[in-house]
Amino acid sequence: MPVFNQSRSRIIRLIFLVSFVIIVAQLFRLQIISGEYSKLAMNNAVFPKIVYPERGIIYDRKGKAILNNSIMFDLMVTPAEVKNFDTTSFCRLMEIDTAEFRKRIRDAAFKNTSVRPSVFESLLTQQMQARFEENSWRFPGFALVERPVRVYPFNAAAHILGYIGEVDPKDIERSSGFYRMGDYTGKSGLEYTYEKVLMGQRGVQHIIKDNHNRLVGSYENGLFDTAAIAGRGLRTYLDVELQQLAEKLLTGKIGSVVALEPKTGGILAMASGPGFDPNELTGSDKQKNYARLVLDVSKPLFNRAIKGQYPAGSTYKPIGALIGLDEGVITPQSGIACTGAYYYCGRRYGCTEHWAGHANNLRLAIAWSCNSFFYNTFRLTVDNPEYKNPRKGLTVWKNYMSAFGYGHRLGVDIPSEDGGNIPDTAQYDKEYRGSWNSCTMVTIGIGQDKMLATPLQIANGISIVANKGYYYVPHFVKTIDDESPADTALLNKYRVKHEVLTHIPDSSYETVISGMQDVTIAGTAARIPKIPGVNVCAKTGTAENYGIINGKRTQLKDHSLFVCFAPREDPKIAVAVIIENGGFGATWAGPIAYLMMEKYLKDTLRAERLKEVDRIAAANLMPSFLKDLQRKEDSIRAFKWFEMRKDSSYIRKYITMEKPEHSSPLSKNKRSGDKVPVLLAAVLPGEKRSTTTRPNTTAL
Amino acid sequence: MNQRNPTISKGIDWSLVWIYLLLVAIGIMAVFGATYKEGDPIVQSFISFKTDYSKQLYFFVVALVLGLFILLTDSKFFSATANIWYAIGLVMLLLVFPLHSNVKGTESIIRLGGFNFQPAEFCKICVALALAKYLSRPETDFSKTRSQLIAAAIVLVPAMLTILQSETGLALVFFAFFLVMYREGLPSGVLVIGFATAALVVATLLLEKNTLAMILTGLALLVVFFMRRQLKRDKSILFKIILLWVICVGIQRFGVPFFFKNVLAKHQVERIYSTIGKDVPEEYLKGATPTQTPSGKQTNTADYNVKQSKIAIGSGGLFGKGLLKGTQTRYGFVPEQRTDFIFDTIGEGFGFVGSFVLLAIYLLLLFRIITVAERQRSVFSRCYAYGVAAVFFFHIGINIAMTVGLAPVIGITLPLVSYGGTSLITFTILLFILIRLDADRQMVLR
Repeated sequence: MPVFNQSRSRIIRLIFLVSFVIIVAQLFRLQIISGEYSKLAMNNAVFPKIVYPERGIIYDRKGKAILNNSIMFDLMVTPAEVKNFDTTSFCRLMEIDTAEFRKRIRDAAFKNTSVRPSVFESLLTQQMQARFEENSWRFPGFALVERPVRVYPFNAAAHILGYIGEVDPKDIERSSGFYRMGDYTGKSGLEYTYEKVLMGQRGVQHIIKDNHNRLVGSYENGLFDTAAIAGRGLRTYLDVELQQLAEKLLTGKIGSVVALEPKTGGILAMASGPGFDPNELTGSDKQKNYARLVLDVSKPLFNRAIKGQYPAGSTYKPIGALIGLDEGVITPQSGIACTGAYYYCGRRYGCTEHWAGHANNLRLAIAWSCNSFFYNTFRLTVDNPEYKNPRKGLTVWKNYMSAFGYGHRLGVDIPSEDGGNIPDTAQYDKEYRGSWNSCTMVTIGIGQDKMLATPLQIANGISIVANKGYYYVPHFVKTIDDESPADTALLNKYRVKHEVLTHIPDSSYETVISGMQDVTIAGTAARIPKIPGVNVCAKTGTAENYGIINGKRTQLKDHSLFVCFAPREDPKIAVAVIIENGGFGATWAGPIAYLMMEKYLKDTLRAERLKEVDRIAAANLMPSFLKDLQRKEDSIRAFKWFEMRKDSSYIRKYITMEKPEHSSPLSKNKRSGDKVPVLLAAVLPGEKRSTTTRPNTTAL
Repeated sequence: MNQRNPTISKGIDWSLVWIYLLLVAIGIMAVFGATYKEGDPIVQSFISFKTDYSKQLYFFVVALVLGLFILLTDSKFFSATANIWYAIGLVMLLLVFPLHSNVKGTESIIRLGGFNFQPAEFCKICVALALAKYLSRPETDFSKTRSQLIAAAIVLVPAMLTILQSETGLALVFFAFFLVMYREGLPSGVLVIGFATAALVVATLLLEKNTLAMILTGLALLVVFFMRRQLKRDKSILFKIILLWVICVGIQRFGVPFFFKNVLAKHQVERIYSTIGKDVPEEYLKGATPTQTPSGKQTNTADYNVKQSKIAIGSGGLFGKGLLKGTQTRYGFVPEQRTDFIFDTIGEGFGFVGSFVLLAIYLLLLFRIITVAERQRSVFSRCYAYGVAAVFFFHIGINIAMTVGLAPVIGITLPLVSYGGTSLITFTILLFILIRLDADRQMVLR
């Protein structure tokens, strides 16, 4: 044998060794140096399942849950398991056709693979859920999955409570990544403001998944898991029965009712008309209902109590009187000889009372709501000789108004409040190029001109009068269960006593309050039935207003306003009511406010008062122009739809009919309920009509 | 029992036996780790023959019995019947064409009763024996080109038949036998040319066509420049350089593209490109377009396998997650988990330390085989031992290299560890014949 070849055994060993060293080096790189692989492995195989805590509950002042959690069911489908399937009977059960069925299955398989369950139909109606449960054995691959939803046992307080919805990318960004796609968050109302409290703390369960993303078991026996902590409850000042009454009284009216507890600033009730049942926006019909509400020109989703801007009208007068008294431009004994008009500003400004002596002193002027007296008072305030300049006078007046809570947001604990408007010198300078005087704006004296206020501001203003100078920022939430320091910080702003006007002597307040009591005894509100044993102080208001109808500025029927508090000796409730186009303050707003006070102070309403409730609830004060407006908007939408899709099915009825259909927009939508979402699609292209998409992904 | 031949245990290299037992034990443990389902009763599952680890245990018993038979066989038997085995092997390889069952895309398996039999696997033993037999013939002068060609033919014929059965991976194993020929005096030049060709092919895949052509031209010009003195004396050198340059550029421009377009299957092209971490160039994309995910990203199964394998091994860290704790290997992320990618179970479960220990055991085995080979008096035994070493080395090296992303994914097993009866029994036979031959190392076999 050739011996020299023996050396080659060493070379072969070397080849072996070098190969192994290369492999070991690569192993070293993968396992020791590079850390990314263990992270990749975690992503691969461990699924951090978020455990959602139960959301907090909101209670009224008596501890009744105004809103609660309930379970509804989503029908889930795992396309791969749908075999030997009786499609026909399933489709009959689900009330869909087979083409739709196939499409949904295909969509589910495409979006979420065919081995993982996807939503087939979300939030089943109870009948459908029952029908499915009876027959579930016939439909392999389908299963019901629990989905927590909010329910509102009293069908009330929709605007206050707000709603929850799936987070959108903006929410996620704002929370710097705290929320993830698919999470729910409060979108408006108390749900929004107190999101952190109500949400609770999410838990995480680490679950091992396999290569098909099927969950196969707990990771490390739950060593890294955290438990979910349920959201905490909110205890509010709301009286849910009072709230229900307010909403009932607003039926068929546009307007608002706000009831405050003057001593605390707690909101006892806050209603906006027309309203809606909060249960409409949960559950299976929520998209349909939302479409209906959003297309209604009377804007039921709009919370007029904090966003409606109204001329304060005569309800401003008690405040105007207090400013005049404090500025020293009038005294309780000041009077004016009014015979039904005010002539000192070059033209005639009317007053509703004509008889001599109705404005002989301040108390009488308030009781009879004498316009002349308050034009004069306002002019005296602005032209206060002490300041020598109406600009200064107006600024002082505006500062008083700010102190009374007008012209700026109060900071109530629900979002999107508006601030109203109290005009300042700049606004008049702009409009009148600097040349104006107290006569230019004389109607501010009766709460008109450029003065605008929200119903909440008006209620708060009258609370300050009732409190003789102090107030708390109006708010809903009294306490939070298991209050944490963070919660206290959140609530502290509502626990600060604002003693802005306590420098006005009590005697001034007494004069004004006496005048307000006279309103209910002899004055403008005397004909409203009394509450036995309760001294009510009130002020009516009848506000002129204009609207643009068919492009023309038109004077509309006056708004009916009413503010009051009771009992006079120890005010427990202050109410502000505005009924748009309701006429005199004492016609609609006054009786509503009285019912509110009686309900709150006496806890129950007498039988004859219940009849009054029904009478008011039955009255339809919706302005007639709304019907035409609704028809116009619907037909424009139908036309756009026709242009877009060449589908004339919606526009046809507007062409063939000669006269506008005189039915309420709501009932019309109900009748053609299935068509509404299609109309909506023309308005909101982002909205998807198909029910296959999960409704929680809509922009609800 | 008293009749037992007292020489059976005599001369046996016990270290090889122990290493063998150790590796099989590791293998059963790894298969167990990869396929054990939570909650199964362990002992019953091991006995039941229903689970993979239980089957592997039984395969091991069968292999041990076969090994014992081999130890009882006269060592002359192997050299005497080597050519017959080779003939049987070739016949079986040929029988595959009409008889193969179509399992998982391969055309190399014959079903015998309930068992899958893969002749290509078995043929490794035959080739090892036949090559040893040929090289040990007294009349063979291996320094002659003719002998070298015959030896190459012995190896390449089964390799070609295996390629025809679309088992390129298994076919490549036969090339390992060139290591035996190298030991027996095959000129180093052959290996050098082999490596150079391999380097050229890899460079072709990695570099842009024209760039590589320019580099080759530059190299040729450099050689001409440095050899200008010799060139003056001997013009034929210039001719040789030009010829070499033409061959290189030819391979690079036409040979490799031809090979990729016409010889390799689509999945093989994908695997090769996934190993070097590049997308398959459009000219090699065959027929069907690659699977498109909705996001428009191309997914590639070969790429996926290696990626998951690297994740599994990489996530093991220094000490690993422990047996049955590996999330990647246990929940189906790594495909072919119990067979070709069994190393992942070790890598994830026992980390760098565990992988290193396993590699060390393998290296020990290889070195031991070489030591054993070099102490043989008989050329047959030595050649056979080198054949065993070469086959083991190729399997171990390529298998582990592919799991860590150093080699393209060709379906070959990790010797003695991977799940599968054919593989375990083949390697057992290979090794035990060696042990048997070694026990009689004082004899000179012809």
